[in-house]
Amino acid sequence: MGMTLAEKILARKSGKQEVRPGDYLTADIDLAMAHESFAGAYLNLASAGIQKVWDPDRVVVVLDHYVPAPTERSAGIHQIVRSAVEQLGIKHFYDEGRGICHQILPEEGHVCPGDLIVGADSHTTTYGAFGAAGTGIGMSEMAYVLATGKLWFRVPSSIRFQLNGMLPRRVMSKDIILHIAGKYRAEVAQYRSVEFSGPTAGSLSVDGRMTMSNMALELGAKFGFFEPDEKTIAYLETRVKGPIDPIRADADVSYEEVYEVDVSGLEPQIALPWTVDNVKPVSEVGEVAVNQAVIGSCTNGRAEDLEVSAEILRNKKIHPRTRLLVFPASRAIYQEALRKGWLEALSEAGASICPPGCGVCFGAHMGLLAAGESCVASINRNFRGRMGSNDARVYLGSPATVAASAIEGKIADPRGY
Amino acid sequence: MKVKLIKGKVWKFGDNVDTDIISPSIYMDSPEELREHAFEAIKPEFAGEVKSGDIIVGGRNFGCGSSRESAPEVIKALGVGAVVAESFGRIFFRNAIAIGLPIITCPRVSEVFEEGDELEIDLKGAKVRNISKGKEIQSEPLYHDVLDIILKGGIISLLKGMQKNE
Repeated sequence: MGMTLAEKILARKSGKQEVRPGDYLTADIDLAMAHESFAGAYLNLASAGIQKVWDPDRVVVVLDHYVPAPTERSAGIHQIVRSAVEQLGIKHFYDEGRGICHQILPEEGHVCPGDLIVGADSHTTTYGAFGAAGTGIGMSEMAYVLATGKLWFRVPSSIRFQLNGMLPRRVMSKDIILHIAGKYRAEVAQYRSVEFSGPTAGSLSVDGRMTMSNMALELGAKFGFFEPDEKTIAYLETRVKGPIDPIRADADVSYEEVYEVDVSGLEPQIALPWTVDNVKPVSEVGEVAVNQAVIGSCTNGRAEDLEVSAEILRNKKIHPRTRLLVFPASRAIYQEALRKGWLEALSEAGASICPPGCGVCFGAHMGLLAAGESCVASINRNFRGRMGSNDARVYLGSPATVAASAIEGKIADPRGY
Repeated sequence: MKVKLIKGKVWKFGDNVDTDIISPSIYMDSPEELREHAFEAIKPEFAGEVKSGDIIVGGRNFGCGSSRESAPEVIKALGVGAVVAESFGRIFFRNAIAIGLPIITCPRVSEVFEEGDELEIDLKGAKVRNISKGKEIQSEPLYHDVLDIILKGGIISLLKGMQKNE
């Protein structure tokens, strides 16, 4: 019997011929990523009396969660990180303003198909869009990885979402993953590895795949894979040094479950407060006035997302009751959006163009909500209290849906734009 | 190795208790403030009333969401002796192990326990007992190396031990 992507990668990295779901193993880590969490990992490392990391070239640090520093305390955390990366000789350090970690890593060529990547951030599953086994850990485990280059894993069982059909106009990969969350619920991939496949998976852009791998975590997944194809190679070949391994799952693999998802005729989807799987098609959401609309985050702040938002908002004005915040996911995307006139269109429409960063998504700064306010956002979580007040409400949708909603001042269907 | 039984009074939570509820973002950079506000959105009395040795019983998908270690950390800092739930967000589960907070997945635990019941855990044998009601649930044992991380007090203690042995 063949192996799934998760099994293949975990077998390779633990020096085994074959592994099966439920096996425990210790694997060699190809890459370790941390953001502001690096400060905690470093202090843990220091408390164990360790002054060096196993391989500084396999560590990437990105400051993105509290940028620019909203408080003196976060400025202090940044200071610890900057001095730690210098002391430990970590060259792959991206200081504030470069972008969100999950965008920077692939953009700068740190992600390769077949790699085992751990990040001190839950949305590390994003790298699955490139056929890499990316998964989130905490800062104590990160300290252990920094010291040893190894970590224990339990081999997950694998499930597959077979995606068929052509997405209607203005319906995006975000709508597919929200639809999956709503239909199969937030635990469908708990402790499991997800593989997205089928003709629709192949038709999605790299940006669109990253959105789905990113949100595989919201289904509980350990990994969220797409098999690498010519689009993956085209994206990576100018960025990655060395050969690119087009890893694939074996043909004779048996998955724990296979779910068929037909996306033709799919409506834009909305996740209502306060869980990601509380999903309805936009036509069934009813009248929901929004005080704030957010386009950005590691889920949907990429070129494709800004382009569609600019198309919808060009020569329009946002509704007077709605504030629109746009966060390009990296400086490179910001510059592309600048060159292509997307930021101009968004700004003319009344958007505030904000620096690349994650702060708004988890309520650190740059757009918190007051009690009673509602927000529609292209982010990945709508948990209670996440974006400010415990009595604020966050609705999740695609960037197209957010843009249309900003115009109408209420949750709106982007297919009319 | 003999493993001590863990015993305590139950605080009961529902399904999908996420890491933003356990560890609200706005207090995350201050452990002192976080201790006062843990679980505030759904159980505001918890942080003030929880006693050392109490045990959390959760429903499905407890600790889903973010990789913030402050979530199991604040539970441990409040003196909670263990967390038992029907299922966990996987990073929360790993983080609890990594900081040495006893954690165990236990089917039907929400049905078998009421708030305030006396609960006993045999972590090695993966048995969860309701002493108040005289019931026992057999759960899936933790892998021995994983149990060992909890018993050693977490992965950093393990790392310190490895340093000494070198």
